[in-house]
Amino acid sequence: MVGKSVPRVDAYDKVTGRAKFTDDLILDKCLVAKIYHAKIGNGIVRSIDTSEAEALEGVVKVVTFKDVPDHCYPTPGHPWSVELAHQDIADRNILTGRVRYYGDDIAAVVAEDEVTASRALKLIKVEYEEYPVEIHPRKSMYGSRPPIHLDKKDNVLARSNYFIGNVEEGLKQSETVVKRSYKTPIVQHCHIENPISYAYMEKGRIVIVTSTQIPHIVRRVVGQALGIPWGKVRVIKPYIGGGFGNKQDVLYEPLNAFLTTQVGGRPVKLDVSREETFCNTRTRHSIEYDLAAGVDKEGHLLAKDMMAYSNQGAYASHGHAIAANGLTAWRLQYACPNIRGEAYTIYTNTPVGGAMRAYGIPQASFAIECFMDDIAGEIHMDPLEFRRRNLIRGYYEDAYLKPIAANTNGIFECLKKGADYIHWEEKRREYSDQTGYVRRGVGMSLFCYKTGVWPISLEIAGARLVLNQDGSMQLQLGATEIGQGADTVFSQMAAETLHMDVEDIHIQSFQDTDVTPFDTGAYASRQSFVTGTAVRQCAELMYQKILDYAKTLLPNETRQLSLDHGYIYAQGEPVISLEEVAQESYYSLTNSSAITAEISTQVKKNTIATGCCFAEVEVDIKLGKIKILNIINVHDSGKLINPQLAEMQVHGGMSMGMGYGLSEQLLLDEKTGRPLNGTLLDYKLMTALDTPDLKADFVELDDPMGPYGNKALGEPPAIPCAPAIRNAVLHATGVAFHEIPLTPQRLIEGFVKAGLL
Amino acid sequence: MYDIENYYNASTIAEAVELLKEHPDARIISGGSDVLIKIREGKFAGTSLVSIRDIKEIKGVERMESGDIYIGAGTVFSHITKDPVIRKWIPVLGEAVDQVGGPQVRNIGTIGGNICNGAVSADSVPTLFSLNALLRLSDGKGGRTVPISRFYLGPGKVDLGPGEILTHVVIPEREYTGYHGHYIKYSMRNAMDIATLSCSVVSRIDAEKGILEDIRITFGVAAPVPYRCIKTETALKGMTVGEELYDAIEKLVREEINPRDSWRASREFRLQIGGEIARRALIRTAELAGGDRS
Repeated sequence: MVGKSVPRVDAYDKVTGRAKFTDDLILDKCLVAKIYHAKIGNGIVRSIDTSEAEALEGVVKVVTFKDVPDHCYPTPGHPWSVELAHQDIADRNILTGRVRYYGDDIAAVVAEDEVTASRALKLIKVEYEEYPVEIHPRKSMYGSRPPIHLDKKDNVLARSNYFIGNVEEGLKQSETVVKRSYKTPIVQHCHIENPISYAYMEKGRIVIVTSTQIPHIVRRVVGQALGIPWGKVRVIKPYIGGGFGNKQDVLYEPLNAFLTTQVGGRPVKLDVSREETFCNTRTRHSIEYDLAAGVDKEGHLLAKDMMAYSNQGAYASHGHAIAANGLTAWRLQYACPNIRGEAYTIYTNTPVGGAMRAYGIPQASFAIECFMDDIAGEIHMDPLEFRRRNLIRGYYEDAYLKPIAANTNGIFECLKKGADYIHWEEKRREYSDQTGYVRRGVGMSLFCYKTGVWPISLEIAGARLVLNQDGSMQLQLGATEIGQGADTVFSQMAAETLHMDVEDIHIQSFQDTDVTPFDTGAYASRQSFVTGTAVRQCAELMYQKILDYAKTLLPNETRQLSLDHGYIYAQGEPVISLEEVAQESYYSLTNSSAITAEISTQVKKNTIATGCCFAEVEVDIKLGKIKILNIINVHDSGKLINPQLAEMQVHGGMSMGMGYGLSEQLLLDEKTGRPLNGTLLDYKLMTALDTPDLKADFVELDDPMGPYGNKALGEPPAIPCAPAIRNAVLHATGVAFHEIPLTPQRLIEGFVKAGLL
Repeated sequence: MYDIENYYNASTIAEAVELLKEHPDARIISGGSDVLIKIREGKFAGTSLVSIRDIKEIKGVERMESGDIYIGAGTVFSHITKDPVIRKWIPVLGEAVDQVGGPQVRNIGTIGGNICNGAVSADSVPTLFSLNALLRLSDGKGGRTVPISRFYLGPGKVDLGPGEILTHVVIPEREYTGYHGHYIKYSMRNAMDIATLSCSVVSRIDAEKGILEDIRITFGVAAPVPYRCIKTETALKGMTVGEELYDAIEKLVREEINPRDSWRASREFRLQIGGEIARRALIRTAELAGGDRS
């Protein structure tokens, strides 16, 4: 079952519209909430008058920052830490009178319907005292008066660094030293379903149905935010329309939970708009990098130095973990004796940076892989050859974080497949000396990526299997299906270990924190690895329990028993059907005991996935347009559980990576920090017509750490396309761009500066 | 949920005019691809609507005996693109409106709405300017006809009086016979986008002599209203078709248009693109005329 492209277990329900999403489940007479957002970028609320809004017919309740609990709470979807020093930063209130970015949440209206709620918002009157707005991290880090958060006087949320060897010495010994700076934009996940939830009370507890990747974490954070015991909160997660990390954060669930408590427990729906999703949920951090490196005559890296400045925005969310993850990548994969890395994460008056697919690596990888091409250019070496010279072949491990290691490492095989597909050598030659206004080029980039979060954070997963009377089974998991196909691969895994058909595994797709086993959810490309381990252990336990019970029904059988597709075999001979065993387990008058298996397991492993992208582009210099002629991602993610789903995952990631490289950026007004283009019209997400044919290929090494030889695949596809495209444009035009996206405007400016126009 | 006070559905022009007079604050809606967006944004929140979507008289395309082409204001973009009259006589218009948004919008958006919305980025409008289109307006009595070039009063403002409805767009026979047109929409992506800059060139070329006899160049998004490059047109008329002409249009257009600087695109950027798309559009019309022998 593992390794086969079985159809998605939710395919038919999704294409026929039967699959239920949060908005399909809204209860009758559900009230509607809307949020009043600040109309300044930094300051305090001097006064707020809600009397007219409250007087409007159909308005049930208006709450402001004065009504919510005083204490702050953390929002990121990390496993909680029982050690104070490792706990997430708690810097948010459910509503606030201290406005830290344009659009901050000041008040909320609950009304009988949406139109009334919208009309009521317009009747709220707010007076502010304004402070200067700072949207640039490298200015904000010198402090502001007052600071954005009082306990961080210089607006620096966190700083971290490391040293390997001696970088200064290494640079001195180098034949060539190269220094460059790179910058990545703020981008947004643009999942198709905006964050939506509804909350109500039942028997003194709060129930929240929400579009989230992390139901168990939502439960904890709502408990923390409201200051109530966590057991008083129940979170239900239906099918969701994508998350990409934005829903690996606790967004408006605490507000929604609070609102239902304010209206006597009546159901309240909070469905934020696309504009609010852009401005008020989470984004990918913009990070600026200053890099330096030295190489010897043969092009071997002798020293490298990274300084990173990450724009956190107004609240901590996932905070420094993002920039720090990029710092880790800087010391992996390429051999170099002397490495230094330092990163700052800085509060500014901008929308909040959080988790987004590949968690800081697309930023770092853009800088690193552009830099690799720029160094290769300086020493007149083919950029692929330069990388080959410096890449570590086979096993390597992280210098600091044990046991993070490349237990299998298919990067050279990946590079070969990519180079062959794009005809690297031939086209590097063919396009080396072009004139005219339309030019072509090929470029590439590579990456490595950890699987899960151990040992930086906890990895725990749970699984439960229940044998039905007919021999089929329920599989219950706290891990979440968020569109990536998790339910399908978990079903395959259980079927594999239990020697059953996938159709006989009934996975429960909706998580309900009251009943589903504990698991922290979908993020960090962890589930097929960590939850997969729990599924395997659970299935092995179930397998043994079935055989044990079968033995009680076959007292005279001495041969070794096994289970295979509905039958118990004794040394290859069928002796009893699984259905009979199951029936007995339920209804035997002498020894009935329904068979279930449950596992909660901590996974103290991590293994590194890798891969690359090769792209061929055509640049229309006078129009500032890039056309991608060919593009391929090649991934070493270990053994594929479901090749077709893996390919889809790569396609989706490539689309995200191409948008990152070419067109996506959230632009902010300098004076207020207000998003200028926070709509799907002005934020240029790629459409089908902008997307070339995508090629995905794999190198399948059997990784000993993965439960089925598998390692990270969920996020990696989003990493390498942007730098590969940038490097292809460099090859085509000779113009090195240091900032993405490569919008027509940026290209034209670059070409004018380079004298091409 | 949209904040709409009342909705009135008209099935004839007379009825629509009557409803508009009865409810002077109501707005006209047809496909709704502009109006509903503004209601959602809160701009028209609480408005009442008079729908003209069910008025059959203003749908479809007809070529009269005179050769003039009448396009009903309520005709949706996808119908214009597929209409045999449009394809035969003024294909440039069908190609232009095929670049609006995406398939869903093209199935509901109408050419009349595109004009009356007053947006300078409207994809049908530069071509209608270059075709010297006339607009038939009805007020329930005699009505009036205005050249499209005089219809635009300012950003988002058109010369549509209270109780007045645009019923037809008329392309006179003399304005398209012997002409070839090409529209280039320059946008940041290939679908679901509005123009950063757009240009429609309609030219008449003597293919035998290789002479540009007449040319009309209209830009969208290069000024507060759609902009005809009269100076450039005058300078180019009579030139021989070839590189020199193409260089001239590129240069002269950059001198003539006056695009704005905004976060969407800088003025310098739009000038670079403007010259280039005018050049490429003219080259295409020359190819269509078979007059470019270079």
